[in-house]
Amino acid sequence: MKRTETVAAIGPRTSVTRILPSRGWISLRLDEVWEYRELLYFLIWRDVKVRYKQTALGASWAILQPLMTMLVFTVFFGGLARVGSDGLPYPIFSYAGLLPWTLFAEGVSRSSASLVASSNLIKKVYFPRLIVPASAVFAGVPDFAIAFVVLIGLMAFYGIWPSATILFLPLLLLLVLAIGLGVGMWLSALNVKYRDVRYVVPFFVQIWLFVTPVIYPASKVALKLESRGLPSWLYGLNPMAGVVEGFRWALLGRTASPISLILASTAVTILVVVSGAFYFRRMEKTFADVV
Amino acid sequence: MSDVAIKARNLSKVYELGRKSERYATVRDTLMDAMRGAARALRGTRAKDKPKPETIWALRDMSFDVQRGDVVALIGRNGAGKSTLLKILSRITYPTGGSAEIHGRVGSLLEVGTGFHPELTGRENIFLNGAILGMRKAEIDRQFDAIVEFSELARFMDTAVKHYSTGMYLRLAFAVAAHMDTEILLIDEVLAVGDASFQKKCLGKMGDVAAAGRTVLFVSHNMGAVAGLCKRAIWIDEGGVRADGGVEDVAQRYLGALAQGAFRFDSEDHHLSIREVLLKNAEGNVTSQFAPGEDLVIEIGFEATRRLEKPYIVIVINNLYGPCFAANMQLDGRRPVAFEGSGRMSCRFKAIPLLPQPYTVNLAIRSGNGRDWILPSQEVAAFTVAAPLEDYGFQSEVIHRFAGGAIPVLIPYEWTQPDGSVSSIGITSRELLEGGSNPVGDLVGSE
Repeated sequence: MKRTETVAAIGPRTSVTRILPSRGWISLRLDEVWEYRELLYFLIWRDVKVRYKQTALGASWAILQPLMTMLVFTVFFGGLARVGSDGLPYPIFSYAGLLPWTLFAEGVSRSSASLVASSNLIKKVYFPRLIVPASAVFAGVPDFAIAFVVLIGLMAFYGIWPSATILFLPLLLLLVLAIGLGVGMWLSALNVKYRDVRYVVPFFVQIWLFVTPVIYPASKVALKLESRGLPSWLYGLNPMAGVVEGFRWALLGRTASPISLILASTAVTILVVVSGAFYFRRMEKTFADVV
Repeated sequence: MSDVAIKARNLSKVYELGRKSERYATVRDTLMDAMRGAARALRGTRAKDKPKPETIWALRDMSFDVQRGDVVALIGRNGAGKSTLLKILSRITYPTGGSAEIHGRVGSLLEVGTGFHPELTGRENIFLNGAILGMRKAEIDRQFDAIVEFSELARFMDTAVKHYSTGMYLRLAFAVAAHMDTEILLIDEVLAVGDASFQKKCLGKMGDVAAAGRTVLFVSHNMGAVAGLCKRAIWIDEGGVRADGGVEDVAQRYLGALAQGAFRFDSEDHHLSIREVLLKNAEGNVTSQFAPGEDLVIEIGFEATRRLEKPYIVIVINNLYGPCFAANMQLDGRRPVAFEGSGRMSCRFKAIPLLPQPYTVNLAIRSGNGRDWILPSQEVAAFTVAAPLEDYGFQSEVIHRFAGGAIPVLIPYEWTQPDGSVSSIGITSRELLEGGSNPVGDLVGSE
């Protein structure tokens, strides 16, 4: 690991930057990402600011999207198909699942396209490229916050009050962002080289929705696994399974504690994030030449 | 601590040809390659029957030092490697070989207005663009008023940038960039766009930056700017350093090489190639030396693979310190109907009234909509004017052999002395001068 491309003591005057051909695996240089945190902030701010420009309904879209999806799910899955909802009213059951899911799905879609969309920046300015997919993922947080207000309304309507488990919510929020970032790093870096990614992503996100307990409760999958003698935490290998189930548990209570599921999901998330970060850094040096 | 700001050693950069047009692979290609490789392995043949991708060396073993506080101009043809060098020094792309060492914080300006978002207001774009250029928010806050003032756009700060004119957009973008506060500045040819007053202002700002003792490395095709701003120039050619030294000397050598008709230019976006630019005299002979009062014909050979409607051509004659005169279709409106296939066009300046100095010819081409640059203004040829100064009617006591430094365009004029005597200076046309062997003064006076 001697051949890192920069050896920079950040700070004015004394900094020395060495530019060398970059070979093989390189360090993540997270300190540099930290150094550029203000740019991260500004890119998120830009995405948020621009998103609902020239729309008639503006930021209400952040509420309308999950709300309409929830209504459709309630009519077809809750009403017609009767998939079950662990004893919760189906609207609030699906809405609580849709919140983290939308944050994740939007983050993945945006971040996978982010590098190619920012090719102009990448070819003309230096900054840690990690900031680009990261800002795309984090830019979903304000939408999430707006949609969350509706959830509070729904909870009040159904008379569901959160218990102490709500303290897990910030951690779970971090976990969704981490999964989004991990997948986003992989897909955005792949997309620079293989433009096929842009056709795969919508399909990939849709399949992922079906293997995640948004529409149906995780308990159904757990039952199936246990009936075959398999531990129920295996479902947590889909990291979004742990997150979505965790959200319902943290906010609405009433379901069994999904701690083992969340732990399995966390382990997978760490794997995806670390591998994604290294893959991203490895490909980063070619971005400006290829994008 | 040494006083070296930038130290480049054997920097090389290789691009694979074909990358430019194909740009990116698809999964299918990669899979097919892998399968071919596997099939080959099964058959026992070697991979060498697959042709190696052709490569070009954008940079080849380039070495140089820049001292702290130096202002250095990079000059050279299109595609000589100047921009690649700046990209490597800015860490946007990586060298294939060699190394560089940079002491101090680097700010680079390879394009004006990178990251501007059309939907955001001027104020918002100042912050966004500043952050993209590596400025801290606190720094932008502090400089905000100065940026707005420099841009002269105070009234439009809350207007979305998409409603700005091109000129306003450039002013705002450059205003932000001009307030980057790094020890080292890398600047690509960003001044080629924009109108003359804007360029002047930017050059003034760059002069301030240089005077403030910061290290600046900048690419320019404007020899006037080069000579005015710095003492040292590096001429880059075919990825290497062709000459490095005093700016006048290097610029002279570069212009000398240009005079041989070496200029070529290809615009993929607009399907236009400039094959050659030739300078001819009234007799139609190619030359790079003219006499005062002689006609100067600039002939442009082009090839348009797609019909190009009504382009604007601008030709400017410069000396080392700036523009002298021009032929500008944006003023005269005499645009060609179209460029189609291969062809030639020319511009004749009649009886050039120039002093003996070196000159360059800048060519710029804009698309028919008047907005897009096909060829941003740059040197395409160079020539010298040579004549004994007596030919102009100058008196020997003040004559230096080469009227360097003087304002080069000489319109005939006459002095009336206190005693009522009149002395006439200037050349009206070569024919007149050659028609008689009398001193010029008499000729002008006799008209």
